[in-house]
Amino acid sequence: MAQPISYSMFDLHGFGHLLWEGAWITIQLALASLFFGLIIGLAGASAKLSSIAPLRWLATGYTTLIRGIPELLLVLTIYFGGSMLLMAIAERFGYTDYIEVSAFAAGVTALSIAFGAYATEVFRAAIQALPKGQWESAYALGLPRLTTFYRIILPQVWRLALPGLGNLFQVLLKDTALVSVVGLNDIMRQAYVATGSTKEPFTFYMAAALIYLGLTAISTLITTYLERASNPAEKRVAA
Amino acid sequence: MNWSWDVIWEYFPRLFDGVWLTLELVLYSALTGLAIAVPLALMRASKNRLVSALPWAYIYFFRGTPLLVQIFLIYYGSAQFDLIRNTSLWEIFSEPFWCALIALTLNTAAYSAELVRGAIQSIPKGEIEAAEAFGMSKLVQIRRIVLPRAFGIVLPAYGNELILMLKGSALASTITLLDLTGMARTIIARTYTPLEIFFAAGMLYLAIAALFILAFRFIERWLNRYQYPR
Repeated sequence: MAQPISYSMFDLHGFGHLLWEGAWITIQLALASLFFGLIIGLAGASAKLSSIAPLRWLATGYTTLIRGIPELLLVLTIYFGGSMLLMAIAERFGYTDYIEVSAFAAGVTALSIAFGAYATEVFRAAIQALPKGQWESAYALGLPRLTTFYRIILPQVWRLALPGLGNLFQVLLKDTALVSVVGLNDIMRQAYVATGSTKEPFTFYMAAALIYLGLTAISTLITTYLERASNPAEKRVAA
Repeated sequence: MNWSWDVIWEYFPRLFDGVWLTLELVLYSALTGLAIAVPLALMRASKNRLVSALPWAYIYFFRGTPLLVQIFLIYYGSAQFDLIRNTSLWEIFSEPFWCALIALTLNTAAYSAELVRGAIQSIPKGEIEAAEAFGMSKLVQIRRIVLPRAFGIVLPAYGNELILMLKGSALASTITLLDLTGMARTIIARTYTPLEIFFAAGMLYLAIAALFILAFRFIERWLNRYQYPR
């Protein structure tokens, strides 16, 4: 390759499309983990506020454990340990072939578990911040507890929890980079691939950094929009 | 699959070696990061747009991108520049330990600067006005009133940041460092017992986090001791 070495910093040597493909994987990973993480968070918050003590202990154990260990360790455990665990279970049913957990599945599992632990705390705080009168007046109107939760409490919790959830989503978006360690073709991995043949690591990791910066900026915009949309009472005041 | 406690006991001393590197990474970068964060926060809290623009951009970049990108930018990215490769700077940038330390430091400096700025701005105005009424110069005000007050306010949030850093330090294992996570991965490569060893590593991380929380509760009580009855 008798090519003159290019010193222009942002010449991506035709690897740009690879980075965008990686960005699409990153977005899919983040949204899938957000979906499952929100479900875990709501379930966790309900368990924490439950009148059944073992449920409360379980939820407290879950949030304490997950918030204390590194997300990378979680990703590695689920990726490497997950296939062992699945194989052990499958063996009981007489299936003895090798089972491999895909990097994407392991990533979604690990990131939803991590997101869920923090979301549990956000939802719990939001539910507790609602005045008791909301429950009481629904009770006075004869609404069953479950209906009260879905029709009265949840729409208001959503508004209180949004700023916290927005922050958590930013953290989640950045944590998706960890899944590249187990081989998912996300932004980081594609930058690494491009680095292998161009020998310009700074250029490509900087490009990756700027894509992440763009993604976090977009998610901030969406959160701000949702915060405003979920608060019709203050819509006219906010400008 | 058989869960084996033996493998945990056998390799526990090696995991513990990893704990020391993890602690070193966290404590060194926390201290240096805080030293950078304080001037950054003071500049960021300034009303002069020109003064606050630079720390704003710094903080925006480091909080908006993954720590893994930052580590790779410093460890792999530095090799792209002849200016670094051909000078004595290379002795630093070719060492994964220094690169991890630099990345963690710059990262935590950005997060802590925002925390300190928030604390500075939440100091009641009257206290600053009182200092001014006493004829204190700006510098004396910062040293005697603003910073001591800000540290008391920022401490609970800073404890959280330290735990996030503890978790972030696991990324040092991606550039070949044998911190707790790196050590666990090395052991697993030999024994092929990922569940047991990662479980043991997770418990050690939890124990370190618990120690941090306890230490912070103690320091917090001491720094904010005027708020407690004697």
